[in-house]
Amino acid sequence: MEKDQDKILSDVTSGEYKYGFYSDIEMDRIPKGLSEDVVRIISGKKNEPEWLLDFRLKAYRHWLIMKMPTWPNLKIPPINYQEIIFYAAPKLRKNLNSIDDIDPELKKTFDKLGIPLDEQKHLAGVAVDAVIDSVSVKTTFKETLAEMGIIFCSFSDAVKEYPDLVKRYMGSVVPYTDNFFATLNSAVFSDGSFCYIPKGVRCPMELSTYFRINSANTGQFERTLLIADEESYVSYLEGCTAPSRDENQLHAAIVEIVAEKNAEVKYSTVQNWYPGNKEGKGGVFNFVTKRGICKGENSKISWTQIETGSAITWKYPSCILRGDNSTGEFYSVAVTNNYQQADTGTKMIHIGKNTKSTIVSKGISAGKGQNSYRGLVKVLKNATNARNFSQCDSLLLGDKCGAHTFPYIEVDNQTAIVEHEATTSKIGEDQIFYCNQRGISTDDAIGLIVNGYAREVINKLPMEFAVEAQKLLQISLEGSVG
Amino acid sequence: MLIINNLKASIGGKNILKGISLEVKPGEIHAIMGPNGSGKSTLAAVLAGRELVEVTEGTVTYFGKNLLEMTAEDRAKEGIFLGFQYPIEIPGVSMVNFMKTAVNENRKHKGLDPLSASDFLKMMREKKELVEIDSKLANRSVNEGFSGGEKKKNEIFQMAMLEPKLAILDETDSGLDIDALRIVANGVNKLKLPDNSFIVITHYQRLLDYIIPDVVHVLYDGRIVKTAGKELALELEEKGYDWIKKEVENNIIA
Ligand SMILES: Nc1ncnc2c1ncn2[C@@H]1O[C@H](COP(=O)(O)OP(=O)(O)OP(=O)(O)O)[C@@H](O)[C@H]1O
Ligand SMILES: [Mg+2]
Repeated sequence: MEKDQDKILSDVTSGEYKYGFYSDIEMDRIPKGLSEDVVRIISGKKNEPEWLLDFRLKAYRHWLIMKMPTWPNLKIPPINYQEIIFYAAPKLRKNLNSIDDIDPELKKTFDKLGIPLDEQKHLAGVAVDAVIDSVSVKTTFKETLAEMGIIFCSFSDAVKEYPDLVKRYMGSVVPYTDNFFATLNSAVFSDGSFCYIPKGVRCPMELSTYFRINSANTGQFERTLLIADEESYVSYLEGCTAPSRDENQLHAAIVEIVAEKNAEVKYSTVQNWYPGNKEGKGGVFNFVTKRGICKGENSKISWTQIETGSAITWKYPSCILRGDNSTGEFYSVAVTNNYQQADTGTKMIHIGKNTKSTIVSKGISAGKGQNSYRGLVKVLKNATNARNFSQCDSLLLGDKCGAHTFPYIEVDNQTAIVEHEATTSKIGEDQIFYCNQRGISTDDAIGLIVNGYAREVINKLPMEFAVEAQKLLQISLEGSVG
Repeated sequence: MLIINNLKASIGGKNILKGISLEVKPGEIHAIMGPNGSGKSTLAAVLAGRELVEVTEGTVTYFGKNLLEMTAEDRAKEGIFLGFQYPIEIPGVSMVNFMKTAVNENRKHKGLDPLSASDFLKMMREKKELVEIDSKLANRSVNEGFSGGEKKKNEIFQMAMLEPKLAILDETDSGLDIDALRIVANGVNKLKLPDNSFIVITHYQRLLDYIIPDVVHVLYDGRIVKTAGKELALELEEKGYDWIKKEVENNIIA
């Protein structure tokens, strides 16, 4: 019986990664290694103003005295920062004014990923900022959005064109001293997306950033800064993939969100970095700091993440609920298969009165995967009538994987109501057989069960991506489709 | 349609089926009775293709094909349906989604296009009425939190949806109240076409009052020790299994 179950599970959990190709693009790379000079070179490559270089250098000097965190429930092999290339960018032609100025090889890469850079070909209603290795190569629908006063561009362009906004908000949610990887990012970040939604504007389309690691031995350190001014609304989506390689690759990003009074931001992630092979070789280390602040009254930030990739994930998209009546949400599905490890969750910091937070975390472990939920709900002294509801579920496929839950609750105000629920369940051989007996294949059965389990989270994704996410979930757990 | 010849099977190295031979012809209803632990459910599991039961000897032919070589899902698509003694709960998967997947997979196998959403829902409605199942059950997760009787009715409902050629009902009557029993039995009778067959596993003669079997077999210790007409069920109800056990022992000695 045991043997049988193992066979079924190993069959369905041996799916191949579909985005593992490498594109031969002409690249501008700096020598590997990290030093103050490297920080200066990166800044120089981007013709940055003095204040930004200073920011980087402060961060770099601070990083030198920091140690890598050891509290995550992860086995992280030592990382040699002198072996990593901190800047790699496709050689771009002159000014990128039209689609024709983009390297055809690059265009092909994004076509293959299903992210055409050509606006005509693209999904209606989705604007994309495409980032490959260290730089943003193309932002679509920039002009359409500009008509409404919405700024959507690469981080580098924002530094040049909107320095005041960048200066005011960058590091205001995630300070450069925040944590080991955020500090590293602050020193060496290369590009990313910038978005500003002006007062009273509902962004009419989904904004999205697509991150692609292409070069070998290269780290990806992008920053995203998203500002929703009063009474505005935006839904933002990020996706990520990387080639299959035997070495591990480091991805240490920062996302900062600011929601002013009555603003609402939905931030969705479909994370599909290369997870490593079946023996646990290779894969991306995804060490990301994501945080939003609900600065104004009645503001709302909602994080939704579907995490299927990466060898190791360390990430806690969080909300600082400072405005009275503000709301934070975190909806997560994290899959660990083969030798993948994930330590992920959220922090909800209740500062304002009547602040509400909801946490729904669904872990799925298969193969020898290890999945940990780590969450902090903190209610400060003045946060009267704060309310939190947390639900952490774990689903296990087989008995070689693991699920762990680390909920931390700190309440300093008596009026707070904090609820936590947790469940663990298993996909049994009997459930799969029951489906088989009705003519449903094992792959489809796993897909049905996993998607049923994750439905509450998937439903939070923008419609266009919910179907993709469903497929991705199934594929990441599947032997072969069909 | 089904020919079982000297079938032996074990679970985890323990011999459970010790040489079973049985032939089911199109249109026949076979009842299998026998004491607890005699191997009835194991036989059903072998026929449905559950891999945890290991076939050690014998053959099973289904419409001329070697059944034992087929995967469980292919057997299902070729018209074998198992009504489980203990139906499995699948939390989070709605009955509608589950049935739609199953029905469309079966259609695909027959070279038919998937049903449109409205046609599918219409079919659901018709079949629900046929087996008098509570409409609300179909909106819930598969068997999750269903009562024992509701689970059994749900098996019959699924059978109605999938229209099998050979349905094996493993104690579908256990745990049903009198009305439910009648409903289930009527459902079976309504679904009974001239050419499709049933293997009905039961402990109780009362089901066989509604579903009249052509043949009754007694399974004892992994073997079919007696086969007769429907009157055998009555006799068993009256006398229990002791006399059969004695007969078997005497035969072994003799
Ligand atoms: N998974 C299993 N592991 C070990 N033994 C098993 C397993 N399943 C069944 N058996 C054993 O096989 C024998 C036959 O069981 P089976 O379920 O086929 O009996 P049954 O005739 O259906 O009984 P009942 O009338 O109680 O349903 C029993 O001794 C049982 O304990
Ligand atoms: Mg049984």
